[in-house]
Amino acid sequence: MLSFTIRSFFQKLVTLFFISIISFLVVYLAPGKPSQIDPLNPKFTPQDLVRFQKEFNLDKPLHIQYYLYYKNLFTGQLKSWKDNQPVMGKVYERFLNSLWLFIVGTVITWCLSFPIGISAAIRRGSVFDRSTTFLSYVLISVPGFFFAYILIIFVVKTFDVPVIGMQTFGMSNAENIYQIMDRVWHLVLPSILGALGGIALLSRYVRAQMLEVIHQDYIRTARAKGLSTDMVYYKHGFRNALLPFVTMFGLILPGVIGGSVITESIFAWPGMGRMGYEAILARDYPIILTLNFIVAVLVLIGTFISDLLYMVVDPRIRL
Amino acid sequence: MINENNINELHHGLAVEVSRFSEGWRIFKKNKLALWGLIIFAVFFMVAVSGLFLTTGDNPVLDPSKVRLSEKLLKPFTTVDMEMIKPGDQPLFGTYLLGTDDLGRDIFARMMQGAWVSLTVGFVAVGISVLIGIIMGGIAGYYGMYRIKLIHVLFLIAFFCSMVFLASGQRGLAVNSALLSLLFAVISVIYNYFSLKVNRGPAILNILFFDTFTVDTLIMRFVDVMLCFPSFFLILTIVAILPASIYNIMIVIGLTSWMGTTRFVRAEFLSLREQDFVSAAKVMGIPDLSIIFRHMIPNAAAPVLVSAAIGVADAILTEAGLSFLGFGVPPPHATWGNVLSDGKRFLFDAPWLTYIPGLSILVVVLSFNLFGEGLRDALNPKLRKR
Repeated sequence: MLSFTIRSFFQKLVTLFFISIISFLVVYLAPGKPSQIDPLNPKFTPQDLVRFQKEFNLDKPLHIQYYLYYKNLFTGQLKSWKDNQPVMGKVYERFLNSLWLFIVGTVITWCLSFPIGISAAIRRGSVFDRSTTFLSYVLISVPGFFFAYILIIFVVKTFDVPVIGMQTFGMSNAENIYQIMDRVWHLVLPSILGALGGIALLSRYVRAQMLEVIHQDYIRTARAKGLSTDMVYYKHGFRNALLPFVTMFGLILPGVIGGSVITESIFAWPGMGRMGYEAILARDYPIILTLNFIVAVLVLIGTFISDLLYMVVDPRIRL
Repeated sequence: MINENNINELHHGLAVEVSRFSEGWRIFKKNKLALWGLIIFAVFFMVAVSGLFLTTGDNPVLDPSKVRLSEKLLKPFTTVDMEMIKPGDQPLFGTYLLGTDDLGRDIFARMMQGAWVSLTVGFVAVGISVLIGIIMGGIAGYYGMYRIKLIHVLFLIAFFCSMVFLASGQRGLAVNSALLSLLFAVISVIYNYFSLKVNRGPAILNILFFDTFTVDTLIMRFVDVMLCFPSFFLILTIVAILPASIYNIMIVIGLTSWMGTTRFVRAEFLSLREQDFVSAAKVMGIPDLSIIFRHMIPNAAAPVLVSAAIGVADAILTEAGLSFLGFGVPPPHATWGNVLSDGKRFLFDAPWLTYIPGLSILVVVLSFNLFGEGLRDALNPKLRKR
């Protein structure tokens, strides 16, 4: 176990090094310079351009820029090009906002996928099974932004509540209970949207896993000795089907940022995805690169945790 | 001599031969959802092709960019106001079949034009990713066990550096690293020449020919690296930085989605390589490339086809998402994503501007997903009758 941990750690470190090179090159080698973002701005003189390039090391050779960029990132001195604020502080602020969406979305996903997947597997071929199968294909195929607008029309017309942004403007003087309700209403739609794709995929996976398990011999044995159906399915079946999902806790980690660009843009949610979108528009390379790097680190940590969990829950596996 | 009659006699008495295609089709037909997926795909294909012909040219039958400011935000099936519109500017049949947008453009014409964009983006992007996937997966699966020598690694690094410096406009460094890579190449050639002649290279150079990692490690680690990127964010970044064009979008989606195919092809090749028909082909002296293309790739095609069908669905969704965020195909060219994106400002006044493109994307993407799943079952050898 220890040798696996050490080996895996160094492998991931090497992977991260190559990721840092590729993401740096993708952004820096692209045509167009960040200093040309606003060529028609009369206040941006050639002297300013030189000052800008000097300030952000853009006049140095590429490998020096690479070194300086990651040195600044790790020492926390990296500044955004747009407003000269420390990148880490900005990212942390947005991270807290995204975290809410992530937590609520994940809870909804996991609470709904398991009951749906298990019932579909037990009643295989029934109307319920076929309709959830079809529905999950629909949820995978629907463009997120289109579905967001349908939900906005529906919720705004039916419940008459505001949904855009994180809170209603001018609510800070209201009583606590109103403020909390306001926050909750703003949270509902974006987190449901974030969860839907996950529900579709995860419930299909739970169904497949459960189907595999209930055709095993020990389930037949459990039935043969006269246990009740619930006992057979939930104690003998479900426990064994659960195994692959324990490890998925590690893999959902990158979801904090990934895939939320469109949702956060529609709902004007000040999270990390929207921050990335704004940074792309403004060609704010330090923020784009930092977000890329954070996602890569999260993916690597996630796979590492899931490998470890595999070994913990299934003693047969030796990596 | 064996002639045709003899062969027929040989077949007589054996089980009736069923081709893989008809057997697969039998399973595929049973899956009603997949069959619907195939039908919708066929319809979509015809719509897209006719859309290309009807909306291009100097005087197209359906003009997607004709602005009629007096006829804006009309509901579907509204007939043209003959007094306001010149006879030449009328839409087909004198009716706006799917309504008009805020500039009075015919949504039906725009949707027809957009269908072709979605189709080509889906197929070209997946074509690129499948091509890269087969090449990378094939190399990793067939030649994976060979080890790369240290000097080849150094050569690759120097060559890569020179390309990068050339692209960033630093001539001096580019020339230096190009010379370095040339030096490594020359050393490698000379060493090989000597070791062939004297059966042993110069002792000092031996360290340069130290075995490092395998080809398989190199390719699969690269796949791991690519999988760590947040794909939509990466595509968005590249597309935003590059000049807006439909070809850039296809290429970028293709270049960021080949990892799944690579893994499938590698896994298939690893098992196929050990099978008797490949060994037989090798013993017969058939060249490697011929073994790979004639004997192995047809046998590895099933998972690739399935992932390609689902990949088309993903590519169409990605293109729609990019268009929606304003980084897609540049206007005035219509795509389903930017029709929807333009319509979002009139969500409550003109909801058809949102529903029509949204539902079209949903139906087409759904058909590809269902077709892909049906294909997976049809090509699954476990479900075949034996």
